[in-house]
Amino acid sequence: MSVFNQSRSRVIQIIFAAVFLVITIQLINLQLFSSKYKLAAENNAIYRKIIYPDRGIIFDRKKRALLENTISYDLMVTPSEAKGIDTAALCALLEIDTAEYKKRIRDAIFKNTSVKPSVFEPLLSPDMYARLNENMYKFPGFMLSERSVRTYPYNTAAQLLGYIAEVDTTFLRRHREEGYEMGDYAGMNGLERTYESVLMGQRGIKRFIRDNKSRIQGPYENGLFDTVAIAGRNLYTSIDVEVQQLAEKLLQNKIGSAVAINPRTGGIIAMVSSPTYNPNVLTGNARRKNWGRMVMDTAKPMYNRAIKGQYPPGSTFKPLGALVALDEGLITPSYGVGCSGGYGACGGVYVRCEHKNPGHAANLRLALANSCNSYFSDIFRKAIDNRKYGSTIQGYLKWKEYMNAFGLGRRLEVDLPSEDKASIPDTSKYNRFFGGARRWNSCSVLTLGIGQDMMTATPLQMANLMCIIANKGYYYPPHFVDSIEQETDNDTVLMGKYRNKHIVTRISDSAYQAVHDGMHDVTVYGTSAYIKIPGVEYCAKTGTAQNPHGKNHSLFVAFAPKDNPKIAVAVVVENGGYGSVAAGPIAGFIMEKYLNDTISTAGLARVEEVSKTDLIPSAIKSWYQRKDIERQAKIALEEAAARAEEKEETHKASTEVQLEPVSKPVGGNDTGNKTKLIKSSLLLNDEKRKRRDTGKP
Amino acid sequence: MNRQNNISQGVDYVVIWLYAILVAIGILCIFMVEYRTGTNWLQSFIGGKTNYSKQLIFTGICTIIAMLILLTDSKLFTAFANLSYILGILLMLSTFVIGKNISGSKSWIPLGGGFNLQPVEICKIFTALALAKYLSRQETDFTKFKSQVIAGVICLLPAVISVAQHESGMALVYFSFFLVMYREGLSPAVLIIGFSFVALIVSTLLIEPNTLAIILSVAALLVIYLSRKTIKKRKGLLYLVLVIWFACVGIQRFAVPFIFNNVLECYQSARVYSAFGKDYDCSQNKRSAKKSDKTPRKPDDYNVRQSKIAIGSGGFWGRGFLKGTQTRGKYVPEQHTDFIFASLGEAFGFAGSFVFLMIYLFLLIRIINIAERQRSTFSRVYAYSVASILFFHIAFNICMTIGLFPSPGVTLPLISYGGSSLVSFTILIFVLLRLDADRQMVLR
Repeated sequence: MSVFNQSRSRVIQIIFAAVFLVITIQLINLQLFSSKYKLAAENNAIYRKIIYPDRGIIFDRKKRALLENTISYDLMVTPSEAKGIDTAALCALLEIDTAEYKKRIRDAIFKNTSVKPSVFEPLLSPDMYARLNENMYKFPGFMLSERSVRTYPYNTAAQLLGYIAEVDTTFLRRHREEGYEMGDYAGMNGLERTYESVLMGQRGIKRFIRDNKSRIQGPYENGLFDTVAIAGRNLYTSIDVEVQQLAEKLLQNKIGSAVAINPRTGGIIAMVSSPTYNPNVLTGNARRKNWGRMVMDTAKPMYNRAIKGQYPPGSTFKPLGALVALDEGLITPSYGVGCSGGYGACGGVYVRCEHKNPGHAANLRLALANSCNSYFSDIFRKAIDNRKYGSTIQGYLKWKEYMNAFGLGRRLEVDLPSEDKASIPDTSKYNRFFGGARRWNSCSVLTLGIGQDMMTATPLQMANLMCIIANKGYYYPPHFVDSIEQETDNDTVLMGKYRNKHIVTRISDSAYQAVHDGMHDVTVYGTSAYIKIPGVEYCAKTGTAQNPHGKNHSLFVAFAPKDNPKIAVAVVVENGGYGSVAAGPIAGFIMEKYLNDTISTAGLARVEEVSKTDLIPSAIKSWYQRKDIERQAKIALEEAAARAEEKEETHKASTEVQLEPVSKPVGGNDTGNKTKLIKSSLLLNDEKRKRRDTGKP
Repeated sequence: MNRQNNISQGVDYVVIWLYAILVAIGILCIFMVEYRTGTNWLQSFIGGKTNYSKQLIFTGICTIIAMLILLTDSKLFTAFANLSYILGILLMLSTFVIGKNISGSKSWIPLGGGFNLQPVEICKIFTALALAKYLSRQETDFTKFKSQVIAGVICLLPAVISVAQHESGMALVYFSFFLVMYREGLSPAVLIIGFSFVALIVSTLLIEPNTLAIILSVAALLVIYLSRKTIKKRKGLLYLVLVIWFACVGIQRFAVPFIFNNVLECYQSARVYSAFGKDYDCSQNKRSAKKSDKTPRKPDDYNVRQSKIAIGSGGFWGRGFLKGTQTRGKYVPEQHTDFIFASLGEAFGFAGSFVFLMIYLFLLIRIINIAERQRSTFSRVYAYSVASILFFHIAFNICMTIGLFPSPGVTLPLISYGGSSLVSFTILIFVLLRLDADRQMVLR
């Protein structure tokens, strides 16, 4: 019987084997030849948690910390675990009402699902943290999460230090290779930006296994692949925090800038740009509140005038004019001109001089002390029309080369981002201006010789120029950071340019001495004679730069002590008038503070006086007034809206009470109801917002 | 000769060993899926709370059932074959009244104590018995068309009922009886036509309708050209080819779209499409359009995708016992029942999967060998039924987890968690062993 059709048993066995073969082939395909599945599984299951190291600290020259890291705490909630807790007690601790509590929980679920932790209250105040920490055990589902925040104990040097902020998409695009991720913080300005790679340290990564709802299940491979976070390294700068604070104080109520450099090293002692701001307003949760206002401010508090402001140097340029002529061998220190109140050799262009008495420009020293315009116009023309170079253009190009060598019209590569190079105009610019290369000569650009015309310099460049004069011919590029903790080879490369001595001229010491003497005379019987530093002889030059937009800018450059200089200063006060009036005292006190470590009692009263002197242009003041009026109007409107809202809130609360029993969840439907509730509340908020917006003018 | 000897005499121990190995692997896999670090596994094995512990209890129950079956007389099965079939059908029908809805199909009867019975699982045994009974009747002449139709009805009646219960996956399994009937003399044409039909449907999904129509026409012309000499002698062949061509084009142009759009539910169509890497546009589906105005759900191949990731990430040697991240993270839904092969593939890799498949294949070949050594038609037909049912389950389930076939929702025999499944396969196999032990008897 069974013999019948027996051959078919073979067929059936072959069918079985064939299907198993197909399965095996697919298994080979999936398991042996497709690498993407392994990757997909890892993407699914491995959660990389970044462990942030502490950022490095920035110290001043006496190892005082200009900024610190403090731990701030966020209160986090995982809504699905935060059930059946004593809501009222938590609300009492947080000083919120239960309606607010419900709203925040709903928002957290809506934004981040109920199984993942969301921020419930960011950046808790220290005493709130203390209160909560004691009671955390009562509130399962809530936890405190650490976050590092910068604080600035001296409330100073905001523009120098910069700030850190969460990276945005543009930043990520630009720094693709550096391993930043969304949610990271990075230095956005100032030293925080320049030394980001040093300060940030090395982030650690911990790997966890997570399940299909992104809940952490435990460490991946017992932490075999985890890396440890390495703290950021500290920076030791040349800033003197007390000088910096004093300079900021002196520049209050003014628009301007001050830079003080140690000429021996190029280390910047203080750099102020006024108006400035308290760096603490841009940290933690204060940032959100203040950022918009700061950016909109017409006086630009975030703008560092010391490296970006461009001012005609005016008379402060004169020592440099002399140095060029000396270096070229065009004059000797004993060279003199007879000036009777002006320079008229150019015919059409007449440069007036402040002094008329004969002999006030009999030699270089006298000419500098008296700031004789005729003298410096004369030697400027000598430099441009130097026979050696054949033509005005060539002469001018040589002169420009000198300017660049002295650090004008080019970037000094200070260790702050976005330094400006200001301007020493190119010949092409003059060619365009005068309509051809042959249409201008040394007379056309004569006022360049007294630091006017189209030349501008930043306060940093002016201070650097003082360094060169103080050092009698060399400088180190100005910088803030003296040394980096545990310096690596990379850092040495980074810092190398600041340790490289630049020799600028081949002028003899005696010729320099004439310039020093002239500048010293300025402080003895010249324009800054009434500014004294107790126990210190110093050299200075005042400047009053004409400014097409308003009152003259007040400039003052100096170095001290006269022999063996330790500090070089440049101060600019916009629209401040005479150089000796507004800028002079500021420079004087900066030097006194740095050299004597204190300010004399008489000086202290004067400091207060200077800091109270208000030199802000009226245009800016009226802008502030207008803004104040607008702000008050806005506050009044908001208050009115808030009052209207309060009424509504009570109304809404009563409707909710009625609604709740009706929408009681049945079985598994409760999520549906929840989203509906959330949606309706969102809609309500939108409506309210619209109403409030339309209420505004 | 005492009773004890009587049980063990003639029982095929190879099958019993294979059975035991597979059940053990199954419990291991379920344990792997459920295990959480830090739990006391010994305690939870005994506790009866977890699924692997429940599966252990089911295994105990199965052992008792197996002993009882081995203790019974083979004549009992032939005697009660028809009666049990009727009982099975009644049970299946009763689910329409007292059925419980578990994951979308109302095919479960609650037994109390958290246990549920799925009659469609048990009914496979009864159907196998009834088919064996019918084919082994003296008066049945299986060469006759009428007997073939009656046999077909016996097999497909439970399938029809289970389709009505939205348990279409199980219905597919009942087609396994056609393999048995083929062995008993059903024309291979039925299998070939059935296979061709499936191939046609698959190619309809894969190839543009017009391109496929052209391919079919070219094929038809080719056949006519090659057999032009025969056609000259017999005109009938030409008409046959033309009819077949017409039917094929008709199916691919009209019948298949009609079935997907009007007969199947949206999600079913989407699953079939997604198995072949296509998206199904639910807005064409008339059935779901009629039922609700809601926008139809997007075709969702999440299960299969995750299952493929799990298996693919296993590599050659696998990620190791309890080390699979897909399994631990519960990324594959239903990974303790229908998709249990995914965990196995992830943990033990290609090597483990291949060995596992070979155990199955060995079991199937062994059962066929047993079938061929039977003297009575009843035993042989029943043995073939067991092999075919197992084969269909294995093939459908594994093809589903590795993305070769749309997910029909059938369990992996002896491995998947679930009492109904385990008990029914145990009965299926041990009845066969009992019959095999008495292979010297001629049963009717």
